[in-house]
Amino acid sequence: MMPEVGLQSYLLLGALLFVCGAVCMAMKRNAIGVLMGVELVLNGANVNFVAFARFNSTFEIEGQIFALFVIVMAAAEAAIALAIVLNFYNNHMTVDVDTAEELKG
Amino acid sequence: MPYISSFWLYFDVLWPYVLAVLSALVLITFMLLSAIFFVWLERKVSARIQDRLGPTRVGGKYGWLQTLADGLKLLVKEDIIPTNADPMLFRIGPYIALAGAFLAFIALPFGNGVVARNLNIAIFFMLAVMSTEIFGIILGGYASGSKWALFGGMREAAQIVSYEVPRAISVIVPVIVAGSMNLTEIGKQQTGPFWNWIVFHDPFTFCAFWVFFTCATASCKRAPFDLAEAESELVAGFHTEYSGFRWLIFFMAEYGSMFAVSGIASILFLGGWHLGLLPPGWDMERLFGTVFGNFINVVVFILKGWFLVFVMMWVRWTLPRLRIDQVMITCLRYLLPMSCFLLVGVSVWQLVAAELTWLSLVNYLLAFGSLFLFGFMVFKAAATTAVSPTQLMPGAWPIAGSAGPHVTHKA
Amino acid sequence: MDVQTALFWILAGLTGLSAIAVVVTQNIVRSAAWLLFTLGGVAGIYFLLGADFVGATQLIVYVGGILVLVVFGVMLTAQGPFVTMKTSAAEWAISLVVGLLLFSVITLAAVNAPWPQDAHHSEDMESAETSQNSVKLGAAFLGIKEITPKKDLTGFPMGKTPPERKQVAYLLPFEIVSVHLLVVLIGAAYLARAKRRRGMPT
Repeated sequence: MMPEVGLQSYLLLGALLFVCGAVCMAMKRNAIGVLMGVELVLNGANVNFVAFARFNSTFEIEGQIFALFVIVMAAAEAAIALAIVLNFYNNHMTVDVDTAEELKG
Repeated sequence: MPYISSFWLYFDVLWPYVLAVLSALVLITFMLLSAIFFVWLERKVSARIQDRLGPTRVGGKYGWLQTLADGLKLLVKEDIIPTNADPMLFRIGPYIALAGAFLAFIALPFGNGVVARNLNIAIFFMLAVMSTEIFGIILGGYASGSKWALFGGMREAAQIVSYEVPRAISVIVPVIVAGSMNLTEIGKQQTGPFWNWIVFHDPFTFCAFWVFFTCATASCKRAPFDLAEAESELVAGFHTEYSGFRWLIFFMAEYGSMFAVSGIASILFLGGWHLGLLPPGWDMERLFGTVFGNFINVVVFILKGWFLVFVMMWVRWTLPRLRIDQVMITCLRYLLPMSCFLLVGVSVWQLVAAELTWLSLVNYLLAFGSLFLFGFMVFKAAATTAVSPTQLMPGAWPIAGSAGPHVTHKA
Repeated sequence: MDVQTALFWILAGLTGLSAIAVVVTQNIVRSAAWLLFTLGGVAGIYFLLGADFVGATQLIVYVGGILVLVVFGVMLTAQGPFVTMKTSAAEWAISLVVGLLLFSVITLAAVNAPWPQDAHHSEDMESAETSQNSVKLGAAFLGIKEITPKKDLTGFPMGKTPPERKQVAYLLPFEIVSVHLLVVLIGAAYLARAKRRRGMPT
C-alpha cells in the first residue's frame, strides 16, 4: 500500500527540484539555461518552506512569509541576471558561457 | 484497491472527482456557448456599426446559426503545420491559452453561492491564472517559425504583461472597499438598490471602474489595443500560422477571458448578480425563493457580462487602433500612475468617511448623476431620426429597378 | 487513496518530470516550456499544501513575470531559429553522478532527521473556502500572530522542549524588499538600455 503523503514526500520533491536546478546550472552552456537552473533551485527551497509551514504549526505563517519573500527576490534577481546576459550578448554576440573567459569586456 | 462489493462504497471515494468533472463540464459548456454567441454578436455589431447587415442567410433573417457554420468550416479545415515550426510547442500553445482562460471560471460566482469553488482569495486567484495565458501566446508566436508571428507574439506579451499591473492595482480598489477578496462576499455587499453598487461608492472607485475596464480590454488584446492581431500590419500576429481547430481554440480562449474580465468587472463594480432595483435589504432569493431567485441571479449576471463584452466590441469597431508605443505610453504614463493614485485615494476615503458621515452623500450624487447621464444619452440616441438620402451621389447612375446610391445633405 | 494523495502524486509527478525535462532538453525554448509546467506544478503543490496566497503569487510572479522575462531573453539572444548548444557526453556523465550523489545526500537527511511535526496534521486541513491565509499573512506583517502553537508537536529530540517564541513583525523586511525591487527596476532598465551593438569578434 502506498505510504501516506507526509512531510517527507514534500521534502523529497523539494530535493528533486533543487538537484535538477543544480545540475542545470552546472551543465547548460546557454546562460539563460543557467538562469533557469537558478529558478528551479529557488523553487525547491520554497517547496520546503511551505511544506514546513503546513506540517509544523510553529511555522504556520513564517513558512509562507519566507516563501513570499523568496519569490519576490527571485523576480528581482532574474531581472538583473537577464539584463547582464543581454549585455553580454550585445558585446560578444553569443550567450555561450564557455566563451566568457576574459575578465575584461 | 481492495475488492468493493457494492457501488455505494465507491461513492464516497469517487464523489469529489465526479463533482469536479461535472462542474468543469458545466463551466466549459457555458464558455463554449458564450463563445458561439460572441462570434455571432461580433459580426452583427461590426456590421451594423459599419452600416451593413452582417450574416443574414444562415438560420433565418438574422443569421443565428452563422457561428455553427463557421465552427463546422473550421473543424473540417486541413491541419497545417509550417515546416519551420517547432512541432511540440506549436501544438501545445493554444491549449495553454485556453487553460489559462478557463481556469479563471473556477472562482467566478454566477449567483449567490453559484460558484464552482468559493475561494477566499477568488479575485487574486482569477488574476493569477489569467496571467498564465500569456505563455500560450508567446509559444504560439515563437513556434510558428515565421518572423511576423514572432513579432506579434512579443508585442502582445509585452502589452499584456504591462497592462496587468494597473489592472491588478485597480482591482485592489473595490477589494479595499469591500474588505474581502471573496467574490461572493463582494457581491453580497452590493445587495439592494443600485446606489449600493461599489462603482458609486466614492469617486475613486468610479474612476477605478473605467481604469479596470480599459486595462481589461488591453489585456484581452481587444481594440483599440489589438496591434498583435493588426490585420493591416502583421497579417494576424501570433496566430498567423494557426488555422482550423487550433485557431478556434485561441479564439475560445480570447472570448473566454473577455467574459471572465467582464464578469469580474460586473461583480467588483456593477453589483454582480443583483438587478439593483430592489429596496435595501431585499434580494431575489428573498422574493422568489432559493431556486428561482438564484436562477434570476444567474441570468442577471450573465446578461451583465454579455453587456460588458458588447461594450468591448462596440469600442473595438468605433475607435482607431493605437500604435504599439502609444499602447505602452498609455499604460506606463497614464494608467499606472492613475491606478496608484486611486489606490491611495480610496484608502484615505475609507479612513476619512468613517469620521465625516456627510461624505456618503457623494454616493447618492454619483449614483443618480450616472443614472441621469445614462438616461440622457439613451434618450438623445433614440431621438435621432434616420436621415433619408436626398441627392444622387456624384458619378453614380441609377441601376434598373432602384434609384442608385444617394448622399444626404444637411439642409 | 483519497483526493489529497492522488493529487499529490499527480502534481509531484508533473513537477518532477518537467524539472528533469528542463535539464535534459537541449533546445532552450523547449526548456522554457518545461519550466512553465514545473512552475505551474509547484503552484499546484502550494495550493495542495493550503498556502493559497503563496500559490497565486507564484503564478502571477513566476509564471506571468519571470518566465515571460526568461523567454524574452531567449528570443532576444537567439542567433538562429533554434539555437542548440550541445553538451558533451562526458559532461553528461559527471553531472548525472554529481546530481545523484547530491540527491541521495539530501534524501537521506530529509528521511532520517526527526522533524518536529504536528501530532495529528491530516485531519484538520482547512478548506479553500474558509482559509484565512491572506488575513493571517497581513496580520503577521504587522506583528499580530498567535504565538502559542495550537497543536502538540511530535518528533522532538529527547529532553528538549519547543523554544520560546517571540512576536516578530515582518513589515521591515517587506519595506526593504520593496526598495530592493525599485533599485532592481532602475538597475535592470539601465543595464538593458539600447546601445550600439559591437560587431562580430574575430
